[in-house]
Amino acid sequence: MTVHRLGRIAYDEALALQQRLVEDRRHGTIGDTLLLLEHPPVITLGAKNRGRSSNVVATPAQLADAGVAVVDTGRGGDVTYHGPGQLIGYPIFDLKPDRCDVRRYIRDLEEVLIRAVRSFGIAAGRVDGLTGVWSGQPGREEKLAAIGVRISRWITSHGFALNVSTDLSHFNLIVPCGITDRGVTSIERLTGRAVKMTDVEDAVVAGAESVFGVLQTV
Amino acid sequence: MSTDVVMPQMGESIAEGTVVRWIKKVGDVIDKDEPLFEISTDKVDAEIPSPGAGVLLEIKVKEGETVPVNSIVAVIGAEGEKPTASAASVPASGQAGSTSGPDGSDGSDSPEDAPENDAPGRANGAPASAEPATLDDLRRTRSSPLVRKMAKEHGIDIRNLSGTGISGRVTKKDMAEFIARGVPAPAGSPAARPAPTAPPPPAFKPGENVRIEKMGVMRKKIAEHMVMSVHTSPHVYSAYEVDFGKIDKLRQAKKAEYEAAGTKLTYTTFIAKATVDTIREFPFSNASLDGENIVYKRDINLGIAVALDSGLIVPVIRNADEKNLLGLSRAIQDLAQRARTKQLKPEEVQGGTFTITNPGIFGAVFGLPIISQPQVAILGVGSVDKRVVVVDDMIAVRPMCYLTLGYDHRLIDGADAGRFLQALKNRLQNFDESWV
Repeated sequence: MTVHRLGRIAYDEALALQQRLVEDRRHGTIGDTLLLLEHPPVITLGAKNRGRSSNVVATPAQLADAGVAVVDTGRGGDVTYHGPGQLIGYPIFDLKPDRCDVRRYIRDLEEVLIRAVRSFGIAAGRVDGLTGVWSGQPGREEKLAAIGVRISRWITSHGFALNVSTDLSHFNLIVPCGITDRGVTSIERLTGRAVKMTDVEDAVVAGAESVFGVLQTV
Repeated sequence: MSTDVVMPQMGESIAEGTVVRWIKKVGDVIDKDEPLFEISTDKVDAEIPSPGAGVLLEIKVKEGETVPVNSIVAVIGAEGEKPTASAASVPASGQAGSTSGPDGSDGSDSPEDAPENDAPGRANGAPASAEPATLDDLRRTRSSPLVRKMAKEHGIDIRNLSGTGISGRVTKKDMAEFIARGVPAPAGSPAARPAPTAPPPPAFKPGENVRIEKMGVMRKKIAEHMVMSVHTSPHVYSAYEVDFGKIDKLRQAKKAEYEAAGTKLTYTTFIAKATVDTIREFPFSNASLDGENIVYKRDINLGIAVALDSGLIVPVIRNADEKNLLGLSRAIQDLAQRARTKQLKPEEVQGGTFTITNPGIFGAVFGLPIISQPQVAILGVGSVDKRVVVVDDMIAVRPMCYLTLGYDHRLIDGADAGRFLQALKNRLQNFDESWV
C-alpha cells in the first residue's frame, strides 16, 4: 500500500485523479493507495442532496465573497466544507475479497483518525448514529472529522476530512452533514496550540498502518 | 430469459439500501458488469454493476426509495425483449415471489436492529449475487456454525427440522430439543458420537438421604453448554501475575469524576479496555473454528460474565473496541444491572466473540474458566490483593492480580497465549492515562 502526499490541490483535479486511480486499482495496475492533501475553500454536496443545496445556508454572493466554490460529488453523505488547514484523506482501496462491509470500512476510517488525534492528546470517539469523529462532553460532542465514502465494485474513493487548523467560521456557510444541533472543532482549537500539518499526516499514516496494515510512503 | 437485479447486501449488519440514482433507463442496452445504479447506505454511496447483459426491462424501485436487501430492484431481459410484455410476467414467476418471503422479515428491521449473529451465510454478500435460494437452503445456510456442527455430529439433516429462529432458521435450542427428543438419526447416516463406554455411576443409591429438585431452564442450559464446550475444545490455561499499582492509582484519582458522570470506574473497566486492545492486536483470540476453516471475527463483541442469584449470564458489549473507557464503563454497568434484573434482550447475550469472567469477585485468586462456544478463549480475572513482591530487587507491597487465559488448543498454542497475556499485562501495568 502506498501513501501520496499531494499538498494543496483543487477539488476537481483531485476528483479526476481519484477516478483515474479507481480505474487503475480495478485493473490491478496499482495497489491500495492513500492520498493525503488539502483543498482550497470549497463546499461539496453528497449523494443525499444531489442537485439540491438546502443545507448550504449562505447566499451565492456570500460564497463568492468568501472565495468558496460549490461542487456536486459522487460520495455518500450530505453537504460539507473543505478548505486550507483541513487534512483530506482519499483511500483508494480494493475491499474485495474479504473486507466487503461498508459499515466496517467506515468504522475503520474512524478508528484511523481516533488513533491519529490521540497522539496530540485528544480523546476523540464516535457518536452513535452519526458517522465521523467527535470530541467533547457526552451529548455536546463537536465534529473533528467528517467521513463520506463512495464505493464502486468494492473499490473505495473519497474518504475523510480532518480539521487541523481549519477556519471554522467557514462551516457557518453550511449545515455540516445536515446535522443542525452539533458544532465543529479542530485539532488546534482542542489543543490550544499550533500544529504542523506534516505531523498530523504522520499520525494519520501511523493510524492507517495500525488499522489497515503497513502502508508504503512515497 | 430475464435476470433479476437485487439490492445487494453491503455489509453484515446492513439490512436495507436506498436507490439514489439509476444510471441506465428502461430500454437501455447494458453489458454485464456495466454500472447500473447507485445505492446509499449510511454515509456510503455505492455504484452497482449489472449482474447480466441485455436490456433493462423494468425498474421496480424508484430513486430515493429504500428497500430490504435482496429485494428485486430491476429486471434485465434478453436484447429485443419488450419491456412491457416481460415485466408483466416477471412478478408471477416463482423465484421472484419467494424473495419477499424469508428476506422480507429481516428487511423490515432498521439496520441497527438487524440480527447480525448466527448468519454466516449473509456476510460479505457480493453485489448482485442473485442466486435464487429455496427456503430449505436458506434454513441450512443460515443456521449458525454451532447448529451445523451439532447436526453433523448427530447425523441430522437440518432441513428435517422446523426452525423457530429468525426467518425459520434452526436455532441451537431447536437442535438441542430435537436431539433430546431422541429422534433417531435418519437411516444410513452414521451415528455421530460413539456412546460413552461406561455410564456415569448413579448420583445416589436407593435409600440415601437426599433431596431432589428439578433443574431450571438456565441451569440446564449452562450444564449442556459446559459439557458441549469441554467436548469441543481441548482447554489449556496460562496464568500471568499483574501489578495493579498504576490502575489502582488511576482509579482512585478518577473515581469521583466517573461517578459524577453517572458510572463506576472499576477494575473490570480497565481490564475490558486493555483486553479489547489486546484482542485487536492478536486476531487469533477473536476467532472461531468452522470445520477446517478459521473464522476471524472483525467485530470484537466482548462478553462479560455476570453471576446471578441462581446461575450465570454473559451479556455482550458489541464492538467493544470502539468504546472509550467511559463508554465501556457505562456499557458494563448497564448490562450487569439489567442482567441482574432480568431485563436483557435476547440479542444482548448473543454474538460474543471473547469473554471475560471474574471469579476474583468472590475471592478466588484465580479461576480456570470454560470457553463459551464457539469462541476460542476466555479470560479469568482473579482477586486483586496486596501481596509482598520483589520490585527492583527490593521487597514491596503491591496490589497484585492473577489473570488466566483459557484457550482452545486446536487453534491457539501456548506461545500465542503467552504473547497475548504478556501484551495484556503490559497494557495493564503501563495503562495509558490519556484513556482515563
